[in-house]
Amino acid sequence: MKHVKQTEILVGVFMAIGLLALFFLAMKVSNLGTINTGESYRVTARFDNIGSLKAKAPVTMAGVEIGRVVGIGFDKERFQAVVDMDVYANYDQIPEDTYAKILTAGLLGEQYIGLDPGGSDVVLKDGSEIEITQSALVLEEIIGQFIFSKAQGGEK
Amino acid sequence: MTEAIARLGRFGIDSVRHLGRASLLLVQVLASMGEVLRRPRLLLEQLFSVGVLTVLIIAVSGLFVGMVLSLQGYYILSQFAAEATLGVMVAASLVRELGPVVTALLFAGRAGSALTAEIGLMKATEQLSGLEMMAVNPVRRVLTPRFLAGFISMPLLAALFSALGVLGGWFVGVGLLGVDDGAWWGQMQARIDWNEDLMNGVIKSLVFGFTCVWIAIFQGYNSVPTSAGVSGATTRTVVHSSLAVLALDFALTALMFD
Repeated sequence: MKHVKQTEILVGVFMAIGLLALFFLAMKVSNLGTINTGESYRVTARFDNIGSLKAKAPVTMAGVEIGRVVGIGFDKERFQAVVDMDVYANYDQIPEDTYAKILTAGLLGEQYIGLDPGGSDVVLKDGSEIEITQSALVLEEIIGQFIFSKAQGGEK
Repeated sequence: MTEAIARLGRFGIDSVRHLGRASLLLVQVLASMGEVLRRPRLLLEQLFSVGVLTVLIIAVSGLFVGMVLSLQGYYILSQFAAEATLGVMVAASLVRELGPVVTALLFAGRAGSALTAEIGLMKATEQLSGLEMMAVNPVRRVLTPRFLAGFISMPLLAALFSALGVLGGWFVGVGLLGVDDGAWWGQMQARIDWNEDLMNGVIKSLVFGFTCVWIAIFQGYNSVPTSAGVSGATTRTVVHSSLAVLALDFALTALMFD
């Protein structure tokens, strides 16, 4: 009987360690611990070019993450990308004329949305659209422009 | 010439017959699952021998695999001044691939072979026939608890492997090589998605656990009841499990991470 008891304890410890490891992976290693499950409101913005922006990319203001991109669509009438983002509800005083641009973390890093606050007294609400946007910088285009302007400069 | 074709045919028929018998056994095992849940003591004993006794090898391997990953990752990442992403590299490779796969390979070697040898010897010493004589269904009494124990143990062991791997990598990366502690955990949490990375790893380990114990109990139950037969069955368990795990891993990775 004593042997059975010991087996039981060891099996219990084993299960506990396994579940603890899973919990550790979830909370400390993955983003489950940092995920914001609270309330948020939906804001959309149209961009001429989103580069390689993906769903779940952070939305930041002054470098602080205040939301997440939740969906990317395409407006087939205006030929623009429509980006839906969820902004966390405690950041509810963002002016309506806020300027949204697509930035890159580091030289080759992931793309994210940076918001620069405007001066309006009217704030963004659920369903509002950010009117002023700036497209992602596409490296090929910049290099193309550079070469083009170089060539023009050479002729003069 | 005819002989060669006949041999090919025999190989084909044998393969199909094996597959059929293994599937029938699986159906029997799954059908008697309820019986085992009503007698948890049987399951408990098997959890001990399949799970608890495998913890040590999994823990030590996980720790060292994490440490080596950290060392090698640092060597390459430091050339691009990207040491801060070392944690992401270590955690992603452990959670997505190495955790489930290496655990399954070790599991097949440590627990799968033991299961096959035990069941094979039970068959060779006619204990299984003895059970049947006493009107006890050997599948229900012997195989199902072992199957369920393996299936439960595998994801727990894989989680333990990955968790200790991350800690081992942290020890080498942050402790010995001087990567920033905040960057290690922060980048990791920012880049490892719990659903996409972690849960897919857990699904992988469930599939691998299922495959490994299935192969182990089938090889044991189907072994030729002699010393050579049991030894051959044990070898086949390890070889088939490893090949199945690696092939399944490729398929699952291709499906999960597109």
